[in-house]
Amino acid sequence: MDKRLASLAEAVAGIPDGATVMIGGFGGSGAPIELIHALIDRFLETGSPKGLTVINNNAGNGRVGIAAMIEQGMVAKMICSFPRSADPRAFTERYQAGEIALELVPQGTLAERIRAGGAGIPAFFTPSSVGTDLAIGKPVQTFEGRDYVMERWLKADYALLKAELGDHLGNLTYRMAARNFSPLMASAAARTVVQVRRAVEPGEIDPEHVITPGLFVDAIIEVANPAQEEELNRAGACHP
Amino acid sequence: MTDKLTNAQIAWRAAQDIADGAYVNLGIGFPEMVARFQPPGRQAVFHTENGVLGFGEAPTAGDEDWDLINAGKKAITLKPGTAFFHHADSFAMVRGGHLDVAILGAYEVAETGDLANWSTGPKDVPAVGGAMDLVHGAKRVAVITDHVTRKGQPKLVERCTLPLTGVGCVTRIYTSLAVIDIEAGRFILREMLPALSIDALQNVTGAKLHVTDPVGDLICPEV
Repeated sequence: MDKRLASLAEAVAGIPDGATVMIGGFGGSGAPIELIHALIDRFLETGSPKGLTVINNNAGNGRVGIAAMIEQGMVAKMICSFPRSADPRAFTERYQAGEIALELVPQGTLAERIRAGGAGIPAFFTPSSVGTDLAIGKPVQTFEGRDYVMERWLKADYALLKAELGDHLGNLTYRMAARNFSPLMASAAARTVVQVRRAVEPGEIDPEHVITPGLFVDAIIEVANPAQEEELNRAGACHP
Repeated sequence: MTDKLTNAQIAWRAAQDIADGAYVNLGIGFPEMVARFQPPGRQAVFHTENGVLGFGEAPTAGDEDWDLINAGKKAITLKPGTAFFHHADSFAMVRGGHLDVAILGAYEVAETGDLANWSTGPKDVPAVGGAMDLVHGAKRVAVITDHVTRKGQPKLVERCTLPLTGVGCVTRIYTSLAVIDIEAGRFILREMLPALSIDALQNVTGAKLHVTDPVGDLICPEV
């Protein structure tokens, strides 16, 4: 078994029009910029994939990464908790023009819905959003005198993630706060593709240090010097 | 009304109520200032929703590592004892009742403890982040805020008019003029600026202020 891929283009080749795609990262930390840009490049060459539903905490910043996907018109819907950023123009303009749908989810609920999707739990109850606009239309049940909102799992066709080390079996480590949603998303997607800063041999990652076991990972691609979204934005970068 | 506390002074006052060893989440922006004013001899452990516990202060400009940020996407630093974890664990800490205090900003707080702090109405791009989780998780949910809006309208009201973040969740409010607890659906005045009268404070408060015990002087150093 060897989950290494040869190219970024191969890593994003199978994602179809209309797919639901989880993208790791919280703001720029953990954002798989090279995978996203490879997906944009494929769209610009072939017109696909389009009509995507993207699941991420945010909705892009500046003109790179998810913001660039939105700017290119590849995204039909965002499922996120915080579609604002230092430079939210790409999302804001399409949202206000009615060209992109938004499903706003409290951040902890978003995380737990993804976790539930990966864990085979179709629904759960949370106190978050009880009595607010974000609970409208959702079943509410009382447990031990307190109200809870029922939330459904979230699953995806693909997850595009960034990790630090990845071995050929797909075992992953992350770097600092770049971990955020990625271990959850790895479990909740039918196909999980990860860009790793360094691809290593099985055994090089201490089993005590594995954060995402390889079972959740379908493919890894080494990107040795990954771009950092925050630094791209500070440099005024734009993709393409 | 001539005088009021600065944001830094409100944050200072809120910090005085945080016990040594408390696990604390500070909301994005103004509430983050609370971390600067821990009383000597006390050390709280700060939690940030994106998956870091026990982090240090902001790095100097140029030393940022953008994989090491807080929920406001500002750079933070490591210090001995820092821990990283994924988002489901982070919100297990929040919803599971493991945080001692969450301190948030507010557009409006009602005497019922209802909080509105995420949406100013349908014209806005709505963004909620972790606020709806935090208000139902921490053992104590406090608000720090100016006492009135920029237009001078009360932020402490009988019922919120803006979309709610949570129902009946706030227990203490630190404002630019006063410290007010919420108990059994009532605002209980605990402290106010010494130069202020209860009538003057009531005039800029949108719901009845109750006095059940002697009202303390709200005195903050220049910070």
